[in-house]
Amino acid sequence: MTPPDAAACPVVALVSSGRHPVSGRPGRAREDARAVEMGLTLAGARLQLVHAGNAEEPVLRDYLGMYHGLDDAAAQGELALLPMTPADDAVLLLATWLAESGCRLVLAGQRAECGEGSGLLPYLLAERLGWTIVSGAATIERIDADRVTLLQVLPQGQRRRLEVSLPCLITVDTLAPPPRQSAFGPARRGRIQVVDGLTAEEDSASGEWRWQPARARPKRLKIVKSGNARDRFRAAAARSSAGGQVLTDLTPEQAADRLIAYLREEKILSEEKILGDEMP
Amino acid sequence: MLQTLLPILIFAALIVGAIGAARRIRLWRQGQRTPVGWARILHMPKRYLNDLHHIVARDKAMAHTHVATAGGFVAAMALAIVVHGFGWRNPILGGLLLAASAVMFVGALAVNRRRIHPRARPFPEKLSKGPWQRLSRSLLAYSVGMFLVSLPLVGIGPVAFGGGVLAIVLLTLVAWGVLELVVGMGWGGPMKHAFAGSLHLAFHRRPERFDDRQAHAGSTNTHDAHRGSRSTALFPLDLTAPKLGVEKPADFQWNQLLGFDACVQCGRCQAVCPAFAAGQPLNPKKLIQDMVVGMAGGSDTGYAGAGYPGIEIGKHQGAPEQAIVPQLVEAETLWACTTCRACVEECPMLIEHVDAIVDMRRFLTLEKGETPEKGAVAIDNLIATDNPGGLDNASRLDWAADLELPRIQTRPEGVDVLLWLGDGAFDMRNQRTLRALVQILRAGGVDFAVLGDEERDSGDVARRLGDEATFQRLAERNIITLSRYRFQRIVTVDPHSFHVLGREYPDFGGKYRVLHHSTFIAELFDAGRLTIRPAERKETVTYHDPCYLGRYNGEFAAPRRILEALGIEIAEMERSGFRSRCCGGGGGAALSDVPADLPGRARIPDMRMEDARATGATTVAVACPQCTAMLEGVVEPRPQIKDLAELVADALVTPASAEPEASVAVSSPSREEEPA
Ligand code: SF4
Ligand code: SF4
Repeated sequence: MTPPDAAACPVVALVSSGRHPVSGRPGRAREDARAVEMGLTLAGARLQLVHAGNAEEPVLRDYLGMYHGLDDAAAQGELALLPMTPADDAVLLLATWLAESGCRLVLAGQRAECGEGSGLLPYLLAERLGWTIVSGAATIERIDADRVTLLQVLPQGQRRRLEVSLPCLITVDTLAPPPRQSAFGPARRGRIQVVDGLTAEEDSASGEWRWQPARARPKRLKIVKSGNARDRFRAAAARSSAGGQVLTDLTPEQAADRLIAYLREEKILSEEKILGDEMP
Repeated sequence: MLQTLLPILIFAALIVGAIGAARRIRLWRQGQRTPVGWARILHMPKRYLNDLHHIVARDKAMAHTHVATAGGFVAAMALAIVVHGFGWRNPILGGLLLAASAVMFVGALAVNRRRIHPRARPFPEKLSKGPWQRLSRSLLAYSVGMFLVSLPLVGIGPVAFGGGVLAIVLLTLVAWGVLELVVGMGWGGPMKHAFAGSLHLAFHRRPERFDDRQAHAGSTNTHDAHRGSRSTALFPLDLTAPKLGVEKPADFQWNQLLGFDACVQCGRCQAVCPAFAAGQPLNPKKLIQDMVVGMAGGSDTGYAGAGYPGIEIGKHQGAPEQAIVPQLVEAETLWACTTCRACVEECPMLIEHVDAIVDMRRFLTLEKGETPEKGAVAIDNLIATDNPGGLDNASRLDWAADLELPRIQTRPEGVDVLLWLGDGAFDMRNQRTLRALVQILRAGGVDFAVLGDEERDSGDVARRLGDEATFQRLAERNIITLSRYRFQRIVTVDPHSFHVLGREYPDFGGKYRVLHHSTFIAELFDAGRLTIRPAERKETVTYHDPCYLGRYNGEFAAPRRILEALGIEIAEMERSGFRSRCCGGGGGAALSDVPADLPGRARIPDMRMEDARATGATTVAVACPQCTAMLEGVVEPRPQIKDLAELVADALVTPASAEPEASVAVSSPSREEEPA
């Protein structure tokens, strides 16, 4: 990886509070931590973190604890905190802050672990800012004054090299380099700066959502009919093809209807009325 | 001529030596200030003559050698100052001076004999050469020179002594001697051990080690015993300090630096270190010397002993204000330590290696985030799930689903015994031990209960890995939990929990009576509450002392009492009791990622198994889940590994099984303790 010229481009990572899959305890969200790791490799201690949410959230310090092993040993992490209640809309706050900050590259986890840090947020942000968004980054190879070269994760271990012009928003895949350990000392020393003066607005859309606990999807049984050992082996070794079809030439509305119908069919969505919300 | 030159020589040496000593003191004062009372200097003679001597005397020959050499030298030097320095040429004093020099000469001969290595007797690997080899000659030079120049005092010796070649030769010998023994004492020669050592004894960071209120007396006439109270809890770290742990030599407490300087490079620590024996890149002796190098500034080229296996000597350098890792010591050296405390127990200068290692680990973990990968994962899991495996804490009791264990939550009136399960509750092998223990508790009619999923990891691993923050968090939460319930005492099968709950929680306000299950079962036997049938087959059994039970907490007797009660005769391993060799599983070393499968390396548990095999044992009795796991990891064929609880449960006559006993001659192992 060529040493990227980070000075030319301030880098920001969006961080959220995660939930541990076993205990449900708050902690670093695993993909956000990877985004921070990528940011630290790119920009070192100049990486700026930002979080919209509860100013008292202790978990945010865990991200600041990653500011070690950098060229500038005395460097401290800095996190801008945009205070808001869970009912508020993070997109608006973040977009205003990002637009003012002059930053041109934003990193985020691909998928958050709870609340509204969800996968949709980066898209909504990019839409509002009018930036490019790239999902599933594995590495950032180069970064110049106005463009960034990165590898995007594709299925089956494939990678695709992309060149994207700045400003842009990149979401980081689980296959990106694992995050470094969060250390107690740097976490304690890092600064959390509460940004005042931004007024949060209530999130009108989420107020109408219905929440239900996630349910693990049952595994589909593979039924192999042949009694022949060779066939059974082939079936077991074959790439799992979930079937399905490729939909093209549809209007967004038609596509959304088809998707909803599919999700109902799979019993992922319950039968009740789905509140139509515009897809970005 | 001699009468003018000798006083000059002696006083010059004393003055130059004193200047050196003052500079040495300045080196120690680079460390962190801990308030100590100067009156503690009064403790020194007793600690030297009693505590230190007893450890030295584990090597009889060396003790005699040291008494003769050091005693002879101190007397000869004091008398020489009076007689030659102040010129009080009294024949009686002269005679005493001759006698002292002669005693010293005999001692010096023994010192040299140990260090001369004809082909048949190789130079002992644990000793250092270099200046230490020179010291042995210097001792001879001083004693011979001083003896001969003092002969005229009692009227022997030719008049020609007053001048000429002979006088010059003698003067040179004496000068060589005082240069090494007096000047060198202050200026950092090998003799500095006497100066630093005395002060170290006086200002030792763990004064409890010198008190005589020891619980495990009974071996007063042998030196092969631990003396003083056990002071083995790690020091709590102030988490609000500007810097956490030790980064640079100057970050140590000043009396730790003083302690490092007292090292005599005897290599006893190296000889007992399991990591060194296994070819891992650790040698406690070299580590202490590296700390001295760092404190004084310089490189390790001058070190003339065995190094860290696999790491070349002479490539590292340090300075008081320069980071220790990796310029002076490689991180893997610190992570290879199992914190078994064998080195500390063996060190005649009572140096605290483990404290120093954990201090440096604390910096790596808390400030640098450089815990070895597996260790870091364990810590993350501890933070998220309260156990190092990252498992659902609610499954802590899954192994006992059919046992209907009483929960302490349903016993507000309190119980006698709170059974602390430890993280072994998640391990299928250890679950067998736990089930055996439950069977014993029930047979003994013990009123006990468990915490269930309210129990968390004790914090042992986190603390040894240097993560004091996670340790303190776990400790605080456990203490809060325990404060909600009433119980007389805590019993656990895990010596690490036993140590942490019993010895380390008091610093955080948790004071409990904690017993290891071996102690508790032995008490049940003593009270006649267990009925057992004696073993039918005579079997050779050996017992492996867990470090955290034995060396850390002094419990050597109870496990042996249990085996005795079972009618088993123990075939002791060569290294047993307080000299027991570690299984390799403690202190987070098993999580340290220091590879064991490189050429020239062995696995520590394999080496321990060799010790066991040498006794001819077919069963190794163990008393720790970690030891069980490590020793059972040794490839077969090997002796079987059984926890004390399992051995007792096997022999138990429970009211239910008492009946078929009468009719069935050959007992089959009871079905009950088979894993669920
Ligand atoms: S540390 Fe102690 S045991 Fe080790 S060489 Fe030095 S004096 Fe001897
Ligand atoms: S505690 Fe044990 S492993 Fe660590 S240095 Fe001492 S003897 Fe070696």
